[in-house]
Amino acid sequence: MDISNYIYLSAILFTIGAIGVVVRRNAIVVFMCVELMLNAANLAFVTFSRINGNIDGQIASFFTMVVAACEVVVGLAIIVTMYRSCRSASVDDASLLKR
Amino acid sequence: MLNMSLHVGSTHTPEAVLFWAMAPLAVLAAVGMLLVKKAVHSALLLAWVMITLAIFYIAQDALFLGIVQVVVYTGAVMMLFLFILMLVGVDSSDSLVENIKGQRPAAILAALGFGGLLTSLIGRAVTHTDAVGLSLVNANGNVQTIAQSLFTQYVWAFEVISALLITAALGAMVLAHSERKHASQRQLSVDRFRQGSLGATAGLPASGVYARHNAVDVPALLPDGTPALTSISPTLEARGDIIASEPFTLSATEEEED
Repeated sequence: MDISNYIYLSAILFTIGAIGVVVRRNAIVVFMCVELMLNAANLAFVTFSRINGNIDGQIASFFTMVVAACEVVVGLAIIVTMYRSCRSASVDDASLLKR
Repeated sequence: MLNMSLHVGSTHTPEAVLFWAMAPLAVLAAVGMLLVKKAVHSALLLAWVMITLAIFYIAQDALFLGIVQVVVYTGAVMMLFLFILMLVGVDSSDSLVENIKGQRPAAILAALGFGGLLTSLIGRAVTHTDAVGLSLVNANGNVQTIAQSLFTQYVWAFEVISALLITAALGAMVLAHSERKHASQRQLSVDRFRQGSLGATAGLPASGVYARHNAVDVPALLPDGTPALTSISPTLEARGDIIASEPFTLSATEEEED
């Protein structure tokens, strides 16, 4: 098996995550799709680390995981705040500036 | 475990079997994530994708990251997601109404083009490159190598990211905190008298009053025969568990008979 298959898998997962971010309406699902994209990038990092025989890719992946954890914490707090004011977790309902 | 993962070479057969067994399932789970209606099912499918990725990390000589992936993502992050799902409501499924015309097909088309571009570029860039492999780098053990790199070369980034983590925790606390104001009895009574009508001055009507059916899901009837919607608990109203009170209204003829 060619090692670039991991990179292809990463690209496919990233694309699926991107579709989800644009298409889905539920803020939590949108957020989960962002997580999927981050995970796909991590897989690419780890694979490139292996291709180049260098540990730096794994370090970058580790940092991405920490940033993703921060992002989840703040993002979910925002979703809870949004739910409190709009009584809904749909991204379409957060359109107060339009009206 | 550590030594086993070190000996997995670049293109050995067991790894290929592992890849071709897990990768299609991961892609299927990711696609399913987009298609299922309920957010809880999406969360479970995402957990599956994450576990698959953890296995791939371990297969690719990144033992530490594989374990961190399981602990941080499938452990902490997914638990947080499920927690928020429980808080916001499991049934908050997607609306299928399009706010922008043609946004969905256009988005899918653009994403597919993006994926095609990405894949073809990768195909040109990395196919048939010989992987160096990490067996030399990981000679002292994967965790030791990462620790060495993290606490020498990347120590500044490490400190900055710890500051980010603390800031994020504080930010979440500030965002999620809500001041709950308890109005005093006096204020509540003043508010009751200052509202538009004096109809609810003595408190909201009880459900089922004057209707022929006195269950909690039947609105009370006002003296003129119209249903009083304020007599129903807001929770029942949100769930849609209200029975229309028309069938239970006393008609004029019945009243005469009585």
